[in-house]
Amino acid sequence: MARIGVFVCHCGTNIAGTVDVKYVAEEMSKEKGVIISRDYKYMCSDPGQNIIKEYIRLYKLDRVVVASCSPLLHERTFQNTVKEEGLNPYLMEMANIREQCSWVHKDRAEATLKAIELIKMSVAKVRMNEPLFPKRIPLERKALVIGGGISGMQAALDIAMVGHPVILVERAPSIGGRMAQFDKTFPTLDCAACILTPKMVDVRSNPNIRILTYSEVESVEGYVGNFEVKIRKKARSVDMSKCTGCGECMQKCPSRVDSEFDLGLGKRKAIYIPFPQAVPNVPVIDRAHCRFFTQGKCKVCQKVCPAEAINYEQTDEIITEKVGAIVAATGFDLSDPNDYSEYGGGRYKDVINGLQFERMINASGPTEGHLKRPSDGKEPKTIVFIQCVGSRDENLGRPYCSKMCCMYTAKHAILTKEHIPDAQVYVFYIDIRAAGKNYEEFVRRAIEQYGANYLRGRVSRIFEKNGKLIVRGADTLLRSQVEIEADMVVLATALVARSDAIKVAQMLGIPYDQNRFFTEMHPKLAPVENVTAGIYLTGACQAPKDIPDSVASASGASVKVCVLFANEELISDPMTAQINPALCSLCKTCVDLCPFSAIVEEEVKRPDGQTQRQMRVIDGVCHGCGACVASCRPGAITLKGYTDQQIFSEIESLASNF
Amino acid sequence: MGAKLETKEKEKKWEPKILAFLCRWCSYAGADLTGSSRTSYPPNVRILRVPCSGRVNPLFILKTLRSGMDGVLVSGCHPGDCHYTAGNYNARRKFAILARLLEYVGIDPRRVQFSWISASEGDKFAKVVSKVVADVQALGPNELFRLPQGGQTAKGAASAHE
Repeated sequence: MARIGVFVCHCGTNIAGTVDVKYVAEEMSKEKGVIISRDYKYMCSDPGQNIIKEYIRLYKLDRVVVASCSPLLHERTFQNTVKEEGLNPYLMEMANIREQCSWVHKDRAEATLKAIELIKMSVAKVRMNEPLFPKRIPLERKALVIGGGISGMQAALDIAMVGHPVILVERAPSIGGRMAQFDKTFPTLDCAACILTPKMVDVRSNPNIRILTYSEVESVEGYVGNFEVKIRKKARSVDMSKCTGCGECMQKCPSRVDSEFDLGLGKRKAIYIPFPQAVPNVPVIDRAHCRFFTQGKCKVCQKVCPAEAINYEQTDEIITEKVGAIVAATGFDLSDPNDYSEYGGGRYKDVINGLQFERMINASGPTEGHLKRPSDGKEPKTIVFIQCVGSRDENLGRPYCSKMCCMYTAKHAILTKEHIPDAQVYVFYIDIRAAGKNYEEFVRRAIEQYGANYLRGRVSRIFEKNGKLIVRGADTLLRSQVEIEADMVVLATALVARSDAIKVAQMLGIPYDQNRFFTEMHPKLAPVENVTAGIYLTGACQAPKDIPDSVASASGASVKVCVLFANEELISDPMTAQINPALCSLCKTCVDLCPFSAIVEEEVKRPDGQTQRQMRVIDGVCHGCGACVASCRPGAITLKGYTDQQIFSEIESLASNF
Repeated sequence: MGAKLETKEKEKKWEPKILAFLCRWCSYAGADLTGSSRTSYPPNVRILRVPCSGRVNPLFILKTLRSGMDGVLVSGCHPGDCHYTAGNYNARRKFAILARLLEYVGIDPRRVQFSWISASEGDKFAKVVSKVVADVQALGPNELFRLPQGGQTAKGAASAHE
């Protein structure tokens, strides 16, 4: 006969405000097998946990039910509590009477009744619980970082500096990411390249980091400590071991195409490096635009290459690696200009976005740092900046704030005045969000020191008239219509999730939100972790983040990886499936259903010397989803921790309430 | 308080009882979010945590109806988002068949509903629960399938299964 203790938490007034906790505890003491039931103000506090321990000792309890918040929050806490008293942690069940009861109901009587029934379910379940024992599984102390932007580089560097090998995978031909496209950075006006380039060199020269550029992760299998990843290293058509980075090939290449890195404002060759400081400094051949690959003739690059590094026969290579942890640092995209038909929808050449402005004002950019109208190359004298374009816009389904636009627009205003001192700068804003160290001061500087005209209000329309852009909007402070004849308009377009974010999320088992940004395990207390163990998040793949936030979260994620790697081996979740060979009919339905190929057939020797075939679940591979259990016709499979008996007793406990 | 609760219970009009099987990765976390964002929903629902919607054996649903609950909700991750790759697809296939069986034996399939709720859809959980409760309310009490002596007999049936 089980000896169960029930502990009902008030959670201050969070639970006790809606649920009559004293009455609940009283009712629970009448349940079969419940030896003692009591309530306490904060069960998770030290005194609260001590009560549980003391009662386990005093009443010789062998099972515990804690009725408090969600097990997703405190299951581990209370498992440790009972463990310290010598009880197997899996003999503790939680009843969620906060998130799923007191916080969602207002009627005290109803909420109290529901709490009682929820706890009865847990009591019924815990009665059937059995001690479970985790297994030890090996751990590969090597990390994979996906994305070579500032976040990914920082994460790779931090992990590598602790001494663990890191594979850094980047889709583009060079690492550097978005930050490499920027000119200056707020709020210090440091030159982005000046602080980024040394970091890129650090990454390249760190012996623990293996950089795979022009590469993409194709598949991820396995589980924490034991992931097997397949990485497609796309054919570069240039032998990395031979290329000296002289650049002769790029100079002589006859085909010119729009540069992605310059967002269409400039040209690159078909054999190219995206920007001068690229790491590695080895070009790639863009086969879609190369004359040899499209027309079968040319080979100019091969002829001029002094190192004989050009190799047209190179093919994609699939690299298989075993890693213990994965950091997703996949970054963000900018929203599509077609979203904003009222601002020309991408039709007006002189309406550009913030990132294009960055390229234009960058000394290594398409205009060598000179502000020029893309349409006629003239110097713009009146520039209008519009913030919150596509962000904070319910109509576009994007209610969120893109976070860094207020700051980079202030920076653009300052840089415009630095480049063209007599320029008129107008900034349309909804409100200024400059909550960061020295951020507010920076915006004030743009307004007070540089004379940027900040207008609170939205722009309703932009249209072309006599070679000028007419920007029509409202100034809500003056309560008047405004019309500005602009030479150039810069839109602070929304930061959005990568177009293939969902694909990556599904590959890695990362949940994502309605905006397709990756969801962290807990928004406050686990901001770089993910529900899938061994996968960590950093940077703007989670939500719009500026450089300081991205770097901070990268260091956070890498510490989490190193914490994981501090273990000699991992303790596996014991809630796995188990097959009873005596009941198994060898139908193998489970084999097809198991998403992890954890069920194998083997031959065993019987005591009479005969061999017999039987099915077995490999513990380290089973994730405990229970798909096999629910489909096993002879009922030969059980899922430890969620057995049929446990679930049936929970259901039956509800029936007894009629 | 106990006596008060009981009289209040009797005075009230009939309220359906629903059992929700929620997968621990998406829908259970979604239901938690409903709570932390203080969105309210009808108190008729009881929640049972399972690792995955694919763990839900159709027998659990039949057992729930036999035990006298008036409706069942099973909710998992959105298609493609299953923590275990495909558990929710398995569940969907099983429940399509179960729905036909229920109809065949005379149980309105609206008593057993399925949904996909992610960990970030706290509002959706409240909406789905409200809808299930309203649907089952309209159907009335589950008398056809409920065992006469409620828990007592249901328990007998359970041990017979084991």
